[in-house]
Amino acid sequence: MFWPLLALALLLLFDYLFTPGFFRLELRGGNLYGSRIDVLNQGARVMLVSLGMTLVIATGGVDLSVGTVMALAGTVAARLLVVDGYGFIAAVSGALGIALLAGAWNGVLVAYFNIQPIIATLILMVAGRGVAQLVSDGQIINFNDASMVFLGNGHFFRLPFTLTIVLFVFVGMWALTRQTAVGLFIEAVGDNPVASRYAGVNARLVTFLAYLLTGLCSGLAGLVASSNIKSADANHIGLYLELDAILAVVVGGTALTGGRFYLVNSLVGALLIQTLTTTMYARNISADIAPMPKALVIIAVCLLQSEKARRYLNQRFTRHQSAALPAITPSRAQP
Amino acid sequence: MKKLLPLLAFATVTMTLATGCGKKEAPDSTNATDAGGKKKLTLGFSQVGAESAWRTANSQNIKDEAAKNGVNLVFSDAQQKQENQIKALRSFVAQNVDVIAFSPVVETGWEPVLQEIKAAKIPVVLSDRSVDVSDPSLYASFIGADFVEEGRRAGKFLAEKTGGKATIVELVGTPGAAPAIDRAKGFREAIASHPDMKIVKSQSGDFTRAKGKEVMEAFLRAPDAGQITALFSHNDDMALGAIQAIEEAGRQPGKDIAIVSIDGVKGAFEAMKAGKLNCTVECNPLIGGQIMDLAQKLANHQEVPRRVVSQEGVFDQSKAEAELPSRKY
Repeated sequence: MFWPLLALALLLLFDYLFTPGFFRLELRGGNLYGSRIDVLNQGARVMLVSLGMTLVIATGGVDLSVGTVMALAGTVAARLLVVDGYGFIAAVSGALGIALLAGAWNGVLVAYFNIQPIIATLILMVAGRGVAQLVSDGQIINFNDASMVFLGNGHFFRLPFTLTIVLFVFVGMWALTRQTAVGLFIEAVGDNPVASRYAGVNARLVTFLAYLLTGLCSGLAGLVASSNIKSADANHIGLYLELDAILAVVVGGTALTGGRFYLVNSLVGALLIQTLTTTMYARNISADIAPMPKALVIIAVCLLQSEKARRYLNQRFTRHQSAALPAITPSRAQP
Repeated sequence: MKKLLPLLAFATVTMTLATGCGKKEAPDSTNATDAGGKKKLTLGFSQVGAESAWRTANSQNIKDEAAKNGVNLVFSDAQQKQENQIKALRSFVAQNVDVIAFSPVVETGWEPVLQEIKAAKIPVVLSDRSVDVSDPSLYASFIGADFVEEGRRAGKFLAEKTGGKATIVELVGTPGAAPAIDRAKGFREAIASHPDMKIVKSQSGDFTRAKGKEVMEAFLRAPDAGQITALFSHNDDMALGAIQAIEEAGRQPGKDIAIVSIDGVKGAFEAMKAGKLNCTVECNPLIGGQIMDLAQKLANHQEVPRRVVSQEGVFDQSKAEAELPSRKY
C-alpha cells in the first residue's frame, strides 16, 4: 500500500509545485472541474479494468484481451442503439452480455482446457477487434442517446458519474473477495494450485470466475470509454489499455506470479498512471518524448518495491554516513 | 517473472504473425484471368488502418473502384503499425503482385523494404501519404493531397477569421506521420506573416476523437486557458472530440474558440451546420479511381507523373448546409 501511494503523493506534490493550474478546482455548472477531476474521469477506465485484472493476476494468469473486450462492448452497445434501434437498457445488457461471454470464453480456455493464459487471451485480443469491426461494419458509430451519454459524461454529487461506477464495482469486488472466502480461494490457487486442490478448493471454478469478472469490468470500461466520446470506434477503444491495466496492478504490488492481491493498490496504480499522462499534457511535453519520463517514474516505483534494490540503496546510504553504525535492517517488503 | 519472459516473447511473435499474415486472404493471384483470357491486374494495397471516418471512406472507395475496374485487389490493414505494413509489403512481393500501393503509417524507415520491392521489379504507388527516402527511384508515383497546402489554407482561413490576432492551440496528428508534419509546417508558414497569431500549445491527439477530447481537456485546465481563441486540429475527428471538451468547459466552440480542421468528413459538416466548427479544409479520400488508373498504366509500362494531386476545397459554415447532403463519408 505504501510505495504506490508514496509515488502518487510525490507526483502530486511535483504538480502542486511546478505545474501551474494542476491543483485549481472550481465549480462550473454545479460540477467540480479541474485537472484532478480529469485524472479521476479519464482514469476510470483503467481503474475498472485493473480491478478485474487484479483477480486474474492473483490466480497467476493474465488477461491480454481486456482492451478488445472494451471495443466489443462499446460497438455492440452503439450498434444496438443506432443501427438496430433498441433502447438504452437493451443496449447496455447486450454489451455486458457480450463482455461476460468473452470473459467466459477466456475462463473456459484457461481453467478447463489448461491453455496458457497469455496465449488463451491473446486469441481474443487479436480476433475480437475483427469481430468488433464486423459489428460496426468498419465505421465509427455516433450516438446521442441521453442515458448512454450520461454514463461517461454525466455527474453525480458534483463528481463525474464514472467514479460512481468505479466505486460500485470496487465495493462489489471487495465484498465478494474479502467478505466471502472467494478472495482466499483466489490467493490459494495463485500461490499453489496443487496444494489448494488438495485442500479442497475448486481451482477451475475460481479461475473461471476471475476471468468472467474481468470480462464484466472490461465491458463496463468499454461502455464508459465510448460514451465519453459519444461514439464507438472499434479500432481504438481500449487500444493498449491491457498494458496500462497490467502496469497498474503490478505497480500496486500484486505479483505477476500470483498469490496475494490488493484491490485498492491497483486503483492507486491506475491513478498514478493517469496522473502521469495528464501531467504530460498539462506540462505540454511533446508526445514524441512523453513515454520517457513516464517509464522513468514506473521503473522507480518498481525498484522501490523490490526488497533487494532497497537493501542496496540502504547500504550505499549508510556506508557514507558512518562505518561504525550497524547496518539498518531492511523492513519487510511492503506491498 | 523468469517463466513469463519467454512466454511474453512468444506472445509478441505470435501476435505479429497473426496480424502480419492473417490478412493474407490472397486469391491465387498469378493465375487470375478475366473473361477475355487477358491477365487480370493484381494490386496489393496496404492501408494505414481505420483510425477515422476519412480513412474508412478511403478504404471503401479503393475497394469499390478495384471491383469496378476489374482489378484483383489484395487489401491489407496495418492497424497503425509500421511493422505490420512492412510485413504486408513483403507478402505482396512473395505473392508476386503486379503493382503495390500503400499509405505509409509514418514517413521514415522505408528504404530496406522498398529496395526489396524494387529488386522484385514491382512498381510502387504511394497513396495519400509520402515517404522520406534518399533514392527517388524507390517509388513510381505519389498520389494524394498536398498536406502543406492544406495546412496553409487552414492558417489562411484562421488569419482572415480572427483578423490576424489569435492565441492558438494545436492538436497534432500521429507523431512522425506525413500529414502531421506537413500540416503543421504549412499552417506555420501561413501565420508567419501575422505577428499576433501565436501557437501556445501543441500536443498529439493521434488523429482520434478520444485523444482529441482528452488533450483538449488538458489544454482547457491550464491557468491561461481563458486566453485561447483558436484551435487548429490536424483532422476532423480530433476537432469533434475537442468540441465536446470545449462545451463541457462551458465555452462555445466556433464562437469563443474559432476552430479549423482538415479532412471534410460528414461529422465536420454537421458540426459546421450547428455552428460549432468554423471551417474544414477538404482532403479528398475518394482517390481509388485515380489509383487504379495509375496501377493499370504502370502494369503496362507506361509513363506516369511522379506527383498527382487530388481535387480539394475549403468549406466554411456558409457552404456547409448545401454541401452536407452530398457528403458520402
